[in-house]
Amino acid sequence: MNNALKTLTNGLLKENPTFGLVLGMCPTLATTTSAENGMFMGLATMFVLICSNVAISLLKNLIPDKVRIPAFIVVIATFVTMVQLIMQAYLPDIYAVLGLFIPLIVVNCIVLGRAEAFAAKNNVGLSALDGIGMGLGFTCSLTLIGAVRELLGTGCVFGAHLYSDQYAALIFVLAPGAFICLAYLMAAIQKLMAK
Amino acid sequence: MKKLQSTFTNMALSLTIITLVAAAALACVYLFTAAQIEQQKQQAQNAARIAVLCGHEDGTAIEAQADGFGGLIRVMVGFAPDGTILGYEVLEQQETPGLGTHIVEWFKNADKPSQNIIGRPANGHFCVSKDGGDVDAITAATISSRAFLKAINNAYATFMEQQGVQVEAHSGASVMNDSIEKEAHHE
Repeated sequence: MNNALKTLTNGLLKENPTFGLVLGMCPTLATTTSAENGMFMGLATMFVLICSNVAISLLKNLIPDKVRIPAFIVVIATFVTMVQLIMQAYLPDIYAVLGLFIPLIVVNCIVLGRAEAFAAKNNVGLSALDGIGMGLGFTCSLTLIGAVRELLGTGCVFGAHLYSDQYAALIFVLAPGAFICLAYLMAAIQKLMAK
Repeated sequence: MKKLQSTFTNMALSLTIITLVAAAALACVYLFTAAQIEQQKQQAQNAARIAVLCGHEDGTAIEAQADGFGGLIRVMVGFAPDGTILGYEVLEQQETPGLGTHIVEWFKNADKPSQNIIGRPANGHFCVSKDGGDVDAITAATISSRAFLKAINNAYATFMEQQGVQVEAHSGASVMNDSIEKEAHHE
């Protein structure tokens, strides 16, 4: 029980994918132009992470070691394509914004990383919990970065106006802002964690 | 169960089975969602068509596209029979958020005549003021603005073709024909 709880919370802070493990930087930088985009990217990744962790922990004994990477990638890519199709069919508004980045989940190191480091060595239950924990951690970090960038860049958070965009610094919504925000947030979180 | 050894047969079998199952699963999801996806696309198009015509039943809605700053910009433009622009909707774009994305509403701001194109008679060579035209570009997004106006000009060319008038080969026309596929929809 204790073990299960530890697995679940591991991804939230101690081994947070973005701020702790520093994995999956490509989608982190590219999709966090707003809090909403960050959140949905995180949720889509979480779904893939849970499914791939469960599938891989079930299949782990059927996959010979030497071909495990291509096998994992096929499993992950299958789930990503499913997310893409389902999103396109039922969430067209979000797909219009994120559609371009969904295929990127396939090469997100965090998904392959957890498959390799956790799901391939643990049972189904723990792997599912690890997927949920890591996915939530990733979603929280992306939402946080997105919220900060949206606030500084446009004066909104989740589309709600907090101050006039006259005073906003657009650079935070653009690529350089992604690096600046990520670096400062990471520094702040490392400092808090060190205490 | 013991882990499978990395022999040639095991590896080939394992990968074949995994890819087969994955393909089958994807085929199922595709079959299940294909109709819904098509419906969503139709709905979006119909909504845009109604929006750009603003209730004018004699108008024509034309779909056109041009290469923007971040990718393809697809627009739906409504023309009155005399070529006046009734309205436009951006169907698809990947411009920079907060800059180029303003194409969605920038050119239909009735309070700013110098940037508004709604109600103007289209002539096939709308151009940003920086390039000698009379449409104000979005601040810090000239490339997106240019591309957007090019899409509008493309739409006008298609509109004129439908009306049976060939657009003359003046300066703008050569740009219009460069490998851009135009799709026209009769209303």
